[in-house]
Amino acid sequence: MVTFTLNGKVVTAKEGTTILDAAKENGVDIPHLCYDKNLSAFGGCRLCVVEVQGAKALVASCTNTVSEGMVIQTESETVVNVRKDLLDLLLASHPEDCLTCEQAGNCKLQDYAYRYGIKRSSYKGAKKSYDIESLNPVMERDQSKCILCGKCVRVCREVQVTGTIDFINRGFETKIATAYDVPISTENCRLCGQCISVCPTGAIINKQLKGTRPWEVSKVRTTCPFCGVGCNFDLNIKDGKVVGVTPNPDSPVNGTSICVKGRYHIDMINSPERLTKPLAKKNGEFVEISWDEALHTVTEKLKETKEKYGPDAIAGLSSARCTNEENFLFQKMMRVAVGTNSVDHCART
Amino acid sequence: MTNAISEVEGNEVLFIIGSNATEAHPIIGNKMKRAARNGSKLIVIDPRRTELAEYATLWLPLNSGTDVALINGLMHIIVKEGWHDKEFIETRCEGFDELLKAIEKYTPEYVSKITGISEELLYETAKLYTSTKKAGIFYTLGITEHITGTDNVMSLANLAMLVGHLGIENAGINPIRGQNNVQGACDMGALPNVFSGYQSVTDEKAIQFFEDFWKFKLNRNTGLKIPEMFDGSHEGKVKAMYIMGEDPVLTDPDANHVRKALEKLDFLVVQDIFLSETAKLADIVLPAACYAEKEGTFTNTERRVQLVRKAVEAPGEARPDWEIICDVAKGLGAGGFDYKDAEEIFKEIAATTPSYRGMTFARLDKNGLQWPCPTEDHPGTQYLHKGTFPKGKALMKAIEYKVPAEAVDEEYPILLSTGRMLYHYNITSRFSEKLDAIKPYELAEINPADAEKLGLKEEDFVRVTSRRGSIVTRVTITNKVKPGMMSMTFHYRESPANELTNSAFDPVTKTGEYKVSAVKVEKVKDMQGTAV
Repeated sequence: MVTFTLNGKVVTAKEGTTILDAAKENGVDIPHLCYDKNLSAFGGCRLCVVEVQGAKALVASCTNTVSEGMVIQTESETVVNVRKDLLDLLLASHPEDCLTCEQAGNCKLQDYAYRYGIKRSSYKGAKKSYDIESLNPVMERDQSKCILCGKCVRVCREVQVTGTIDFINRGFETKIATAYDVPISTENCRLCGQCISVCPTGAIINKQLKGTRPWEVSKVRTTCPFCGVGCNFDLNIKDGKVVGVTPNPDSPVNGTSICVKGRYHIDMINSPERLTKPLAKKNGEFVEISWDEALHTVTEKLKETKEKYGPDAIAGLSSARCTNEENFLFQKMMRVAVGTNSVDHCART
Repeated sequence: MTNAISEVEGNEVLFIIGSNATEAHPIIGNKMKRAARNGSKLIVIDPRRTELAEYATLWLPLNSGTDVALINGLMHIIVKEGWHDKEFIETRCEGFDELLKAIEKYTPEYVSKITGISEELLYETAKLYTSTKKAGIFYTLGITEHITGTDNVMSLANLAMLVGHLGIENAGINPIRGQNNVQGACDMGALPNVFSGYQSVTDEKAIQFFEDFWKFKLNRNTGLKIPEMFDGSHEGKVKAMYIMGEDPVLTDPDANHVRKALEKLDFLVVQDIFLSETAKLADIVLPAACYAEKEGTFTNTERRVQLVRKAVEAPGEARPDWEIICDVAKGLGAGGFDYKDAEEIFKEIAATTPSYRGMTFARLDKNGLQWPCPTEDHPGTQYLHKGTFPKGKALMKAIEYKVPAEAVDEEYPILLSTGRMLYHYNITSRFSEKLDAIKPYELAEINPADAEKLGLKEEDFVRVTSRRGSIVTRVTITNKVKPGMMSMTFHYRESPANELTNSAFDPVTKTGEYKVSAVKVEKVKDMQGTAV
């Protein structure tokens, strides 16, 4: 452990901890745009700079670690002025469309502009101008909102390990692109959308969450219904409907990672093709019937079969997609209510 | 899995056989790629050049269905070189002498001929796998979906025991389970031969326990496995079926055989969230709630039991499966089906299932728990077999290589293998407009050499025919498959691959040989009137 002074208070942290993380552990939030604890440090946005006594210049708290006796100021006048200048510069080439931006309320640039009182940029000049790109059925990109923090590039390379995108060009022309600047598609991308999760602004968004303000949704953490990995994520609910999926960092197996199916499957839940009424086949066609009639028919038919041919003439398939509780009850029903061990499920097929 | 998903990146060597993890288990696939990126060595054994093969130190594109020969061959080399763990074998295993006898003839030369893998590569593989204790085996359906599926799995167990890669962290034998809750469905006893917690239906003690618990006299006959149910219908022995949340018409091998079996039943009830291909054959269809509309638990591939939480109401009159089951059971006159919620059912699971006994919804809330978790103060079990096996000494079983049920010939010259792809999951993901828009149709993989012979261009239509059925699909031309091989998914009802697959089964598990079917491929010119 090392002992250091943070905003006048003597505190401790584990050796090797970055100033940013050590401050967070001690209840001090240092603003940052390009830092993510799951990714390699980049030190590009400079918003996390702090004053360290004895240092010649301000230091980036995301790339420097705490050391014994260090004296750190995270919100000194010098630091705050630098942050204001940085935000001023970032906003100089940013569309002033927060009122209609999909990311409003969930945008770190907006949060920090609010925190440091930057109403609009004081600079006048050329602004980055890109068309909004509908990349594929699930992603939309507006590079004029990109602040070049590179988190999308790093998450793609380091977490998803696909490396679809990188920085191209120089200076004012710098942007994020695929190799040869071709569109993002299944040819070069896994569509996992982890770039969307880490983007601090509205530069790349999930189309399913368009038209939803973050304060309008409630979130329920649950377990993914597809493969056996058992990822957790948050279902985003608005007006009693699931409108999208966002990662939940507390997920024990997957952390903030989600795959394409987990992230975008939710229109399945709301599909107009969902069954909503019991059906009975009459003269070769399905007709809607009541639950009472359906349950009566099922139990009578099963009873009849059992009486005529014995319980082993009835077989049941349970489901690897249903819950443990349902599987337990299904086999109990087959064994106790029907009276047969002929219950199986697709583990073998 | 004997070991936990969090251990994947700690493996110094990953022995990945018959697993296309980056497509079928993406988050585990990412961890494997990260491991490779951070210096771990990947041995990838797959006839297809999968994404993981690109990250592999050694890629072994073995001939389909020759896994037992390959593994016996690796063990042969390991023993000859003295790389086996004599102490582990001595203290924790039995049957080593029989195994030794069996693998004697599997010389590199002999195995190379069968598998198509060079002797040098076999040697390098044996050497790399034994170079560290932190070397886990990872497999999926490429191992089990063969008539020798059981033999394949037992061979992998032999290999891990031979070198003592068991009962320690970052090693083990790790089947990555398919569906979200296939582990749980097995744990819960949705199987014809066991109650929950793998308690045998022929064990008098287990029967007695459940008879006392449920206050009901239980049937002593072992039940039918899925293929036996369909055969039973054809034979007139099975008269009625109750199918919950499964679509065997699209997912089981030899679809035509399955369809006819279901049509022959006197009564079929299907409970599902969509009108599946199987539901279309039903007499009664019951509308169920989906996972987002109910409470409960799923158990993942690393034995972690996690909560499923209700987010929204089910549409229309759809109801959670467990409520429907209770009503049917009560309608049949059974007692013991009055539960107020999923948690109350889980209490009965814990009370009757030793490996779940220490679990409660409150304990599962944050991170879930990995079974076995026998008591309420037990932290769960990250990896299995530390120090001892459940049955004391583990049995090494001598296993001989057998050829797949079907071989290519003049009439059916292409070997078809089937599997999953990243953008879909079995059948239901097609009901997601977004996912369907990403990958709207089947693209069967075919090697450029075969495509040229057939005069095929990218996305051309072909008719694929096996001894059991015939379908039309588009093709993609790729070196991922070897010449003479074709690979398809089974996600598309318009190109139902399982009309082609072979229902030759593993004799023990009755798992079909989805990975090896002989087919012929013909170019289709006029595609009018098809919805493919």
